[in-house]
Amino acid sequence: MTAPAIELKGISKAFGPVQANKDISISVQPGTIHGIIGENGAGKSTLMSILYGFYKADAGEIFIKGQKTLIPDSQAAIRAGIGMVFQHFKLVENFTVLENIILGAEHGAMLNSSLGNARKELKHLAEEYGLNVNPDEVIENLSVGHQQRVEILKALYRKAEILILDEPTGVLTPAEADQLFRILDRLREEGKTIILITHKLREIMEYTDTVSVMRRGEMTATVKTAETSPEHLAELMVGRKVLLRVDKTPSEPGATVLDIKGLRVVDEAGVERVKGIDLTVRAGEIVGIAGVAGNGQSELLEVLGGFADGTGTITMNGESLPLSGHGADGQARRAAGISHVPEDRQREGLIMEFAAWENTVFGYHHSPEIQNGLLMDNKGIYTEAEAKMQRFDVRPPDPKLAAKNFSGGNQQKIVLAREIERNPDLLLIGQPTRGVDIGAIEFIHQQVVNLRDQGKAILLVSVELEEILSLADRVVVMFDGHITGERDAAHTNEKELGLLMAGITDTSAVANGNGGNENSTQEVPADG
Amino acid sequence: MDKMPKWADIVLIPLISLFLAAFFSALVILAIGENPIEALKLMVDGALMRSAGWGYTLYYATNFIFTGLAVSVAFHARLFNIGGEGQAMLGGLGVALACLYIDWPHWSLAILGASVGAACFGALWALIPAYLQAKRGSHIVITTIMFNFIAAAILNYVLVELLRPVGAMDPASAKFPEAVHLPTFQDMFSTEGSKLFRGAPANVTFFLALAACVIVWLLMWRTKLGYQIRAFGHSESGALYAGISPVRITVIAMLISGALAGMMSVNTTMGESERLILNSTEGAGFIGIAVALMGRNHPFGVLLAAILFGFLYQGGAELALWTSIPRELIVVIQALVILFTGALDNMVREPLEKLFIAMRRRNA
Repeated sequence: MTAPAIELKGISKAFGPVQANKDISISVQPGTIHGIIGENGAGKSTLMSILYGFYKADAGEIFIKGQKTLIPDSQAAIRAGIGMVFQHFKLVENFTVLENIILGAEHGAMLNSSLGNARKELKHLAEEYGLNVNPDEVIENLSVGHQQRVEILKALYRKAEILILDEPTGVLTPAEADQLFRILDRLREEGKTIILITHKLREIMEYTDTVSVMRRGEMTATVKTAETSPEHLAELMVGRKVLLRVDKTPSEPGATVLDIKGLRVVDEAGVERVKGIDLTVRAGEIVGIAGVAGNGQSELLEVLGGFADGTGTITMNGESLPLSGHGADGQARRAAGISHVPEDRQREGLIMEFAAWENTVFGYHHSPEIQNGLLMDNKGIYTEAEAKMQRFDVRPPDPKLAAKNFSGGNQQKIVLAREIERNPDLLLIGQPTRGVDIGAIEFIHQQVVNLRDQGKAILLVSVELEEILSLADRVVVMFDGHITGERDAAHTNEKELGLLMAGITDTSAVANGNGGNENSTQEVPADG
Repeated sequence: MDKMPKWADIVLIPLISLFLAAFFSALVILAIGENPIEALKLMVDGALMRSAGWGYTLYYATNFIFTGLAVSVAFHARLFNIGGEGQAMLGGLGVALACLYIDWPHWSLAILGASVGAACFGALWALIPAYLQAKRGSHIVITTIMFNFIAAAILNYVLVELLRPVGAMDPASAKFPEAVHLPTFQDMFSTEGSKLFRGAPANVTFFLALAACVIVWLLMWRTKLGYQIRAFGHSESGALYAGISPVRITVIAMLISGALAGMMSVNTTMGESERLILNSTEGAGFIGIAVALMGRNHPFGVLLAAILFGFLYQGGAELALWTSIPRELIVVIQALVILFTGALDNMVREPLEKLFIAMRRRNA
């Protein structure tokens, strides 16, 4: 057996009292795709940051190709043949592809010779790995998928033998993700080693050779992918059995609650983001809006939530809602029976510096039942917050703790507790499980389904197709501000939705019963 | 989990910062050839060891409480109100008009009337920058600074052209009538046998300032309005989501801020000079920024910081009086205090946090 491409022995790292990595040992064989999976805060990113020289481990050793290697900074990591593709790209937006590639690797004082060499090298790489990008295109004109290719090219240009990708598919359409994995396959064939960090079980199952599971800073298992199952991995991640599918009965939709006609939204920069959509949501159903981020879904939620202006008509329970000016703010929307779990809980749904108990009335601070004369009934709010946190299993159940000190999943539970317990007629819910760990996802999905079963209307926006497919009763796909299609969630699949998400409305080739056979393992969405 | 206990955050860090500021002040005093220990003794003697010294210290502190509260209220809405100086100047005009043109039967009514006048004028002066910020996005730091100059010019004009009694040479209003003279600490606390606070300007306005601390605390942490101001200050996007109007909160927070700054003039104009003079604010509007910074924008912290700065002001005056240390040195000392408690906060905080974490780990 050849020496492992990377071997970590006993890596530990603490941030103050938090032990982010505890005695982690892992060995990655060359020419394989090795997945690392774990909940948020399990220590995946910390481990990779140690490997890339951003953090210094408190203890432990790193071996590259059998050689003990010190990695004090990212330059050393690059010299050791490690390349990293971050979740948030580190590209200079107004530079060309070529300029970005040589950035930090220029030779000599003048750029010309570097650029010329890079152009040749880039052509070579493109041929070898099928990584086609126009070298003279400016980054900001490239699609997200192509920007990611530039990141990969940057690493390869620096002679990376080991490529680390951190949540690479979070921002990609399904088609772009497929292309990415084809590229990764090709890289593996050429003998490169790939470490894939993700929380998506499906990607792990489909594309990796081996997988390591992290939980609470520890490496709980390393297994051959072929010998494991999604359920087993989820259990290893969370430490208990997890229900990966949403447990729900078919919906029984009632009267129309929300009726949108010809809605248009123009953003602050004057760009039209929603281009005339019609949509209804009935009582007792979950309508899921699928689409790649940035195709108008956020703006739709903002108008419905009362913090962006729009034109067109929206009726709620038969009453027309104003779409701009007075009476179109968040307070008016709440009064109309709309609750809103916003897409970005940290910037919108919570005041991070406020204590949890203060956040449990955020947006409802005018409610008469929490006033005590001129003052707010802080004691009452606190007591109620304690009970809410119990009911929604917020951990730790300490109302005094500032919102920023809770994990993503528990922050989301605080928002959900607040919005759901208002007993709204319509719940808007954006990216309900973004950055939320598997254990909490199960709970959050169950709460949403419970609300539906009480006969409430729910409008769900998510960029996670699996989530839409498993949670929604009806799926509406948005592309470039338009609705490109509507499907019954029980009779569609990822391929079909993927085409709609890319703006292709002719999906007869992949619709269920026609071309869905090759994809049969994916009909029941795993993961939540 | 918080990185260190609350008492360390609130008490220990300011104390260490103060000690550092004192240390460097001592170096400066040494450098100009004076004895820092003697200087400190003189300052403490002059400001704290006699009741008259306290009378001055608390007089200055009263000003700083008002301006400190003003800055901190605006700061909770993440608005940096640098215009306390101008708002206080115009507040003085409000005090003067209330005192000169209304026939008050008793000082207790007059102080209420003057407070309303001061608050209204101060708030009005904050309203314009607030509106420009909220509606037009004109940066409040720039506009409030400009408004300080405009306020000074207006006050100059009003005093010279309108309020100056016929025949008077200095740009000041007429003396306020006897009925509106506020009781000083000397009037209030002296007994037959012993005269306390002799000649010191501290007056009943100090208690008004204490009441303002309590009211601001209630407002910020116990009312809907305070809740909305703080929420807006932490996150504008969050405020929008919750249906809190940024325009409304910006304007209201600045009105309160301006009113508090204006009320400082009750102390200086009605309590001390008993007529409206030029430059009665003496930079207290700017000291308010330091006081709010050091007091962590909490009314209790503002109170303590205001007393500290009152001590520095009074002690500094003593230094200038009895030694060859120039009056300007006290500005240096104040600057060092601001530097260490405000700007270099993290220099003390980070090592201290590490220390606490290390201690906790050893105990665990």
